[in-house]
Amino acid sequence: MTMQLSGLEAAIITQESNFVNIGERTNVTGSAKFLRLIKEGLFEQALEVALDQVRGGAQVIDVNMDEGMLDSQDAMIRFLNLMASEPEIARVPVMIDSSKWEVIEAGLKCIQGKGIVNSISLKGGEEEFVRQAKLVRRYGAAAVVMAFDEQGQADTYERRINICARAYKILVEKVKFPPSDIIFDPNIFPVATGIDEHRNYAVDFFNATRWIKENLPGAHVSGGVSNVSFSFRGNQLVREAMHSAFLYHAIKNGMDMGIVNPTMLEVYDEIPKELLERVEDVLLNRREDATERLLDFAETVKGAAKKKEVDDSWRKGTVQERITHSLVKGIIDFIEADTEEARQMFAKPLEVIEGPLMTGMNVVGDLFGAGKMFLPQVVKSARVMKKAVAYLTPYLEEEKKRSGATAEPAAKILLATVKGDVHDIGKNIVGVVLACNNYEVVDLGVMVPSEKILEVARKEKVDIIGLSGLITPSLDEMVHVAKEMQHEKMNIPLLIGGATTSRIHTAVKIDPAYEGPVTYVLDASRSVPVVTELISKNSRESFKVKTKKEYASLREEHSRKQEVKELIPLLEARSNKVAIDWEQSSFTKPQFLGRKELVDYPLGEIREYIDWTPFFQTWMLYGRYPGILTDSKVGAEATKLFNDAQRMLDKIVKDKSLKANGVLAFYPAASTEDDSVLLFENDDWKEVLDQFHFLRQQNKKAKGLPNFCLSDFICPKSVAKKDYIGIFAVTAGIGLEALSSRYKADHDDYSDIMCKALADRLAEAFAELLHEKVRKEFWGYDVSEKLSNEELITEKYKGIRPAPGYPACPEHTEKGTIFKLLEGNKVGIELTESFAMYPGASVSGYYFSHPDSRYFGLGKISKDQIQDYARRKEMSVEQVEKWLSPNLSYTT
Amino acid sequence: MVLDGAMGTMIQRHNLTEDDFRNDQLKDHPHQLKGNNDLLSVTRPDIIKDIHRAYFEAGADIAETNTFGSTSVAQADYHLEFLVYEINYQAAKIAKEVADEFTKKEPQKPRFVAGSMGPTTKLSSMSPDVNNPGYRAITFDQLAAAFKEQARGLIDGGVDMLLVETITDTLNAKAALFAIQELFEERGIELPIMVSGTITDASGRILSGQTAEAFLISVSHVPMLSIGLNCALGANALRPYLQVLNEQAPFFVSAHPNAGLPNEFGQYDQGPEEMGQQIEEFLKEGLVNIIGGCCGTTPEHIKVIAELAKKYSPRQTLVLQ
Repeated sequence: MTMQLSGLEAAIITQESNFVNIGERTNVTGSAKFLRLIKEGLFEQALEVALDQVRGGAQVIDVNMDEGMLDSQDAMIRFLNLMASEPEIARVPVMIDSSKWEVIEAGLKCIQGKGIVNSISLKGGEEEFVRQAKLVRRYGAAAVVMAFDEQGQADTYERRINICARAYKILVEKVKFPPSDIIFDPNIFPVATGIDEHRNYAVDFFNATRWIKENLPGAHVSGGVSNVSFSFRGNQLVREAMHSAFLYHAIKNGMDMGIVNPTMLEVYDEIPKELLERVEDVLLNRREDATERLLDFAETVKGAAKKKEVDDSWRKGTVQERITHSLVKGIIDFIEADTEEARQMFAKPLEVIEGPLMTGMNVVGDLFGAGKMFLPQVVKSARVMKKAVAYLTPYLEEEKKRSGATAEPAAKILLATVKGDVHDIGKNIVGVVLACNNYEVVDLGVMVPSEKILEVARKEKVDIIGLSGLITPSLDEMVHVAKEMQHEKMNIPLLIGGATTSRIHTAVKIDPAYEGPVTYVLDASRSVPVVTELISKNSRESFKVKTKKEYASLREEHSRKQEVKELIPLLEARSNKVAIDWEQSSFTKPQFLGRKELVDYPLGEIREYIDWTPFFQTWMLYGRYPGILTDSKVGAEATKLFNDAQRMLDKIVKDKSLKANGVLAFYPAASTEDDSVLLFENDDWKEVLDQFHFLRQQNKKAKGLPNFCLSDFICPKSVAKKDYIGIFAVTAGIGLEALSSRYKADHDDYSDIMCKALADRLAEAFAELLHEKVRKEFWGYDVSEKLSNEELITEKYKGIRPAPGYPACPEHTEKGTIFKLLEGNKVGIELTESFAMYPGASVSGYYFSHPDSRYFGLGKISKDQIQDYARRKEMSVEQVEKWLSPNLSYTT
Repeated sequence: MVLDGAMGTMIQRHNLTEDDFRNDQLKDHPHQLKGNNDLLSVTRPDIIKDIHRAYFEAGADIAETNTFGSTSVAQADYHLEFLVYEINYQAAKIAKEVADEFTKKEPQKPRFVAGSMGPTTKLSSMSPDVNNPGYRAITFDQLAAAFKEQARGLIDGGVDMLLVETITDTLNAKAALFAIQELFEERGIELPIMVSGTITDASGRILSGQTAEAFLISVSHVPMLSIGLNCALGANALRPYLQVLNEQAPFFVSAHPNAGLPNEFGQYDQGPEEMGQQIEEFLKEGLVNIIGGCCGTTPEHIKVIAELAKKYSPRQTLVLQ
């Protein structure tokens, strides 16, 4: 059953939710630091502790002020009121934690959301229990119920389940308390205390937990985890191992939330084997001498725990030092205060930007250039910088008004994803990196027509234009923009970047079209040095000459290579098609013919299929997942990035800010002799519904190797067997624009890029998931398949799902046919005029089921095939040449 | 079901003077009373009754009492804390009289009265002082006491249901709901409760910062007749948040939007037709069970809305899982 809680936002905990982590640091009994701050009345600083917990991933904040020397009630009210004033904290629900009812009630009167009371129990008898439970309900909160009754705290399995059963019955039947708002705390006690009665405490807790989940429908189970390791105070390593091993077993038995300090938790899989065995011996009461053995081991490792002290000594530095530190570390908390301090030191607000802020960003730029900072960190730095500039903006405006003078502007760089293309992650990263280096970036967004680019370039007097694109048609569009720039007799540098762009394409196609400087930029890290050279008066001309010369020689080399490339005539290639014994092949009829929509597919299921390696590539961290997480160079940054990604994914899944839709279809099919595939209306293979046109490799093959074409994998018409083909389109980008613009409005480029990168990964994962469903279920040609995610990523399955625009079928207009048949717009996926899918986080393609079908690259093709394809597609040869320009073996 | 429209807009049509706000008891009240529209239920019940009549004639099923600001907290501005019970009682009584009049005439269309309980003038979960964010101008207990007094007057005056509305701070609403439930328990009665929040702008949050969904969860412990949204926004702008309630609320859903947004003179100039078109959108989608108007709406607006409401079937209520 679902438990619904709220702070400023909803927090919904379902049976499927992961373990709910309740932050414990705002607890005077658990945190010495927090106690000190509260005692000294430093509530504002104490608030930081709460903020830290939310940022650290706490989904509920436990607040406890039970201390003899404190006016607990007053402290509770003051702290809850302060928490309410900090939106980042107030976002999550509150757990009001006290052993005193007056304190709890006072707390309930301070929270506008639906929180949790911790705790009530039968300790004071049934009457008092009912009274308190009724009030909890009337104040609109959920409740932790301790396994405690008139006789005391339950310390055996039987006592635990009896008390919980009794309390449950009273709450549900008498108080009409919703079962889903009941959280039992069946008491976590220390083990390995040396006292025999304590040996089975953990086991009893696990068993009681399982019993509660099985017998008290709807109820949840929680507990204070750090108690279990109380005997090992001072030995962090052992405690951390005990906490995670305890949680591992408790969660398996149904514990669904708990008070845990996430910084005092080892990863279960990373607990050294020897230690884990001894810890589990204790927890599971597996050996007589379990306690002694763990104690012995503990002696040997004493004090070796990972220390995670927050070092805030940097706050004592000069303003410049502090600003630099914040920028390098991406710390946002102090930047406004430090900026203000700096502002008071300078005559003009602009000097703060030109002075301390730029000095700090230069350090960031240097570290990045030296490979000592990584992209995700730089993006966070940019976020801090933006925040500082946003803070100064009103002062800058005022200054401008007063003096009437305008400051020396930074070099302006226009960035745009070209017309027809919607991909912008890379471009955004470049924008951030440039902005970090004091360039003013004018970002025109995606699908920007050349007129707009030129118009803004003129109006804003930009110094450089940067074009980005991911799909092949964008290459032509870039050539078009270059030609237009030439037409306008511009002379500013043109930068080319994006996944399909290349140095060779830039040299061969774009550079000749524009007399100004044209430079291909491999990735964001290259953008700064290139821009610097192009802006500097000293190097501009020499850099241009050098690049022009380099590109000219590339062109020459390219045309020489062209001549040596040996291609065979199309007809000869066709006679060397993939030899498939169709008579011996088996065919499976899909579960349905025609289309099927999958709307709002659960993201929780999709995320399991994510291939993380490309995600790290997006952030310019190279290495295979999961190895990259422990890589000696980028491991720490990759882990941080990965955790941030997981956190955002959790949020996306929870608040459904992204939506995944898909559509697929199957048709009876047969291949033709000229490399097309016919689709039929019905499974009588008579009435032709439509056709797909494929292309064939024409390079000369070694003996025994075929000239591949996708149509080879579909049974020829002449064989008269019942074969089928499938098509699909999926997206995980619905809602992305809204999400992204929220982050942008908050100057949070990091989250903006992150959510786009995640949407892309989710779309790919959805395609992977759907393909598996197709193989096992919808088409069902491989019902017995059992593969791990690893094996899926390495494509160990039968059948393929090639996508138009990719190496086996690089021609994009085929997507037109696919989308016509799928009616992609009905699930929210559309095609742009360049046949890019919108939203960008989408994948489409064909399904081929034959076990011999495989991926390949088309490579270069010659004019005879272009002419034949133009005939089949009813397009002009020029049009086909345009769409297939990267594959042409000849120059047009 | 159709709820009525604005009270203030209709009162403005009457060019009232200070005298209209006074009676024998108040003739020597040392503070200005003009503008305290809730007081008219006591001093000029004829005007208020006419307004109720106009809305019922336009097709409303439910009239809201003229008690939006009738808590001791809000009446403190006029130093009328002592009159709060009386104002609520009279407002309920006259509204009920008009409702009964109509029910008698048209027994097939019974008319109801909802006791309007506004947000008061103070917030309990936000500080009015930016330099002291932990400060609160009012406490939960003070609010609960004030709301309890108001509810007592409304119930004694004969309302059929209570409407906690224009919620800008969920904690204020929780105090009202706490007080109402306490009162119900003391009296051994139970009336339907309607709850209606106010999303202040395109951020999609109520003033105290909650999203529509968090707001719904925060008040769901009360067995409500309906949950909804009103005021601040026009019908168009309300739609996305009504969708949230539509999808998640195991209660009826209500909406009484403003007649668009106010112009630079503070007047609402969205006509009945235009507002009707926007409201028809969510009737078509089946987003609401109860529909009416807030600021700037008039009997003409309600007439159009009532006609539209006839054409569509109400929202299907969710069954609680």
